[in-house]
Amino acid sequence: MSDAVMHGHEHHDHHPTGWKRWLFTTNHKDIGTLYLTLALVMFFVGGAMAMVIRLELMHPGLQYVDPQFFNSMATLHALVMIFGVVMPGTVGFANWLIPMMIGAPDMALPRLNNWSFWILPFAFSLLLLTLFLPGGGPAGGWTLYPPLMLQTGAAMPFVIFAIHFMGASSIMGSINIIATIFNMRAPGMTFMRLPLFVWTWLITSFLLIATIPVLAGAVTMLLTDKYFGTSFFNAAGGGDPVLFQHVFWFFGHPEVYILILPSFGIVSQILPTFSRKPLFGYESMVYATASIAFLSFFVWAHHKFTVGMPLAGELFFMYATMSIAVPTGVKVFNWIATMWRGSLTFETPMLFAIAFVVLFTIGGFSGLMLGITPADFQYHDTYFVVAHFHYVLVTGAVFGMLGGVYYWLPKWTGHMYDETLGKWHFWLSAISVNVLFFPQHFLGLAGMPRRIPDYALQFAEWNFISSIGGFVFGLSQLLFLYIIVKCIRAGAKASDQVWDGAHGLEWTLPSPPPYHSFVSPPMVTDATAHS
Amino acid sequence: MGHSNTRCRLLGTTAAVVFLWPQIAAADYALNMTRGVTELSREFYDLHMLIFYICCAIAAVVFGVMFWSIFNHRKSRGAVAAQFHHSTRAELIWTIIPIIILVGMAVPATKALVKMESTGDADMTIKVTGHQWKWRYDYVEPGFGFFSALAADSNEARALRSGKDPGAVDNYLLNVDHPLVVPVGKKIRFLTTANDVVHAWWVPALGWKRDAIPGYINESWARVDEPGIYRGQCAELCGKDHGFMPVVLKAVPEDEYFAWVEEMVVAQADASAGADRDWTREELMAKGEQVYTAFCAACHQPNGLGIPPAFPALAGGAIATGPVDQHLDRVINGKPGTAMAAFGGQLNDVDLAAVVTYERNAFGNSAGDVLQPAAVKAARK
Repeated sequence: MSDAVMHGHEHHDHHPTGWKRWLFTTNHKDIGTLYLTLALVMFFVGGAMAMVIRLELMHPGLQYVDPQFFNSMATLHALVMIFGVVMPGTVGFANWLIPMMIGAPDMALPRLNNWSFWILPFAFSLLLLTLFLPGGGPAGGWTLYPPLMLQTGAAMPFVIFAIHFMGASSIMGSINIIATIFNMRAPGMTFMRLPLFVWTWLITSFLLIATIPVLAGAVTMLLTDKYFGTSFFNAAGGGDPVLFQHVFWFFGHPEVYILILPSFGIVSQILPTFSRKPLFGYESMVYATASIAFLSFFVWAHHKFTVGMPLAGELFFMYATMSIAVPTGVKVFNWIATMWRGSLTFETPMLFAIAFVVLFTIGGFSGLMLGITPADFQYHDTYFVVAHFHYVLVTGAVFGMLGGVYYWLPKWTGHMYDETLGKWHFWLSAISVNVLFFPQHFLGLAGMPRRIPDYALQFAEWNFISSIGGFVFGLSQLLFLYIIVKCIRAGAKASDQVWDGAHGLEWTLPSPPPYHSFVSPPMVTDATAHS
Repeated sequence: MGHSNTRCRLLGTTAAVVFLWPQIAAADYALNMTRGVTELSREFYDLHMLIFYICCAIAAVVFGVMFWSIFNHRKSRGAVAAQFHHSTRAELIWTIIPIIILVGMAVPATKALVKMESTGDADMTIKVTGHQWKWRYDYVEPGFGFFSALAADSNEARALRSGKDPGAVDNYLLNVDHPLVVPVGKKIRFLTTANDVVHAWWVPALGWKRDAIPGYINESWARVDEPGIYRGQCAELCGKDHGFMPVVLKAVPEDEYFAWVEEMVVAQADASAGADRDWTREELMAKGEQVYTAFCAACHQPNGLGIPPAFPALAGGAIATGPVDQHLDRVINGKPGTAMAAFGGQLNDVDLAAVVTYERNAFGNSAGDVLQPAAVKAARK
């Protein structure tokens, strides 16, 4: 490393301190930390809403909240968890890790990076402010279906502008990630040597750029229908309420892969480390991820079979949906083949990764069942669906992220986290989340519709059990918060390598890494690449 | 299928014992989809169970391999990691086998779907219209129709902190004032649509739900095999009282059905009678209270205080104490962009006259005026 480079490096380390450091930062690690902090805060905000929902559903009868408020809790819980937790959380991982994994000093577009984060606090202020407006928060479900959504009161424009802000943030973040991966790779870091986490985020970014504008268009049409006299979705004015559902789900289905693909990537990093064995079938993992993303554009109508469509349409969307099971299966089999004949240890990240594989697969099975159109005419809009998407999103996307936090926290902070508490957090979460969501399969099959604040007596027992699971799961996450704070403040010094089985460029940097990750690019060869 | 039910119950009981909660252990657990009472529902149920068992078999193999690895390939047992990282043959196998399984699932699913969409040759047609928050059923050929809303005792008990025990209510939240009555053994074509927002009409025993969408008419069919009362609910979020608009379907033998139809036709004629005469204030107030309870109280509340600002108060409200023609206009035409529906198509002249008169003279309002059905008829033009 030349003196000039060293000098430049030191010069750049003079950055603002205090709050200005965070407000003006263009550093990928600072911005990554901001994203992850926002996601954690929103995890507790959205979680508190889930607690209200589970509290009201614990017993039959309405005890605590009126139905309108219940509906706005269900609506905001979904919007906060999707747009406020999983999306910013995975962008936080991308910011921290992509430059370190591809041997770059920082992201390609640092100022854009700052902006794409700082839009979000405004977006969520707008969204959460609606709870204090006349008429209350949005209560038409996160899917925002008209004409019901058009009955929203003063909250309507706030929600729509909040969604626009979140979308703009996501698009800017995606552009930055694509620009970074295309341009900032170290010499020898070819595409087929990229760590799988980088691959999944590259594909996710393209999904975001393709679909967020579609959502923006849909919600803008809602806005003009409400305030400017258009009739895009108003049947009486010659419009079509079903048009919205098509446009929304054209965004909505790729969106579910936007939420899960980064966690696929995280799990694909964790499993080889604690199996002490290279990832099985790297190339087929890349192709499977790309196939899933491609197919996700052709299955949107499986969210709305009961809306009514021609037989040919129903058959097309059923076959297309079933076909996604093939690349998804390939991924699961490859993860298991990675573990097969490895030398396994079970630190907290590995526990979360294994739980991810098992529980995400259960969510995949229920997803396959939902894709069978005739049976979907029974399953649709019941708690079976609620159970399904919480298995793929909570024990899928969120468990992947929790595992990722434990995996990279020593690298980020330079301290080891408390392994005993981490295991406690895992076992409490893994058990309670199943008590919470598994009975919801039974509720749905037995006939309980989703999004209802009160229910008939035959659903009482499972709802009670589900609520107990929910409270334990919610409280367990406070332990997670404590573990993170404890790890940031103190803990055993982490080595550069951290985990003895870890491979990849991020583990060649000190723990914590320098402010600018790689000031001179490392040389990547087959021997030093991921596998 | 009784065998599988036993197994499911066994699982449920095991789960209950684990929790050791007296309330839980004593309870009856609903676990699975109903097999229903129609050809379609049985076919969908069998399909559901077939795919469920296939998923269980795949899960047993996949998780079995995984847990074998977790127990035997652990470092603490001295396992040394192999370094293989791909096998073309294995990857081909686990791509091709799932494709074969999926094709195997797609064949019966396609057959069932084709059958579901065959709505022709129906013996009769019922039009189902979703309203916030009740259903309207129109029997197309005999030419009568009625609203079907949550039963009064459920409606009282479901109020926030009502103090009433849901357990004491007959079929809490799954009972209505006027059930849908159909004959057994007849192919019935259901046409679903909606008046305001999207709803979904669902009776699990029929095997399907259908969205009811303004501006659309969806077709479905059912032939109920066994007499009985079958209950369901609205399945698409439709606003505040989405959880409180159940569906009750009463299937009866054909002769009983025809007797019921005759009754209904006579009752319908009685209900619209009196549109030409003058009504006394007391008659209008009594009738108006019934209509108010059925159509208005869900939003404006039984005491007329509403839930402002979404659902304004009528007690002392600007419309209910303002000019009578504007009041009538609001009830007939609704207020676009809000939950206030246009009731002109739902209520006859007598009902409209009565409910407007009631709203102007109840809850402490004292407009004092009386609106006659004839005036409503004139205002409609």
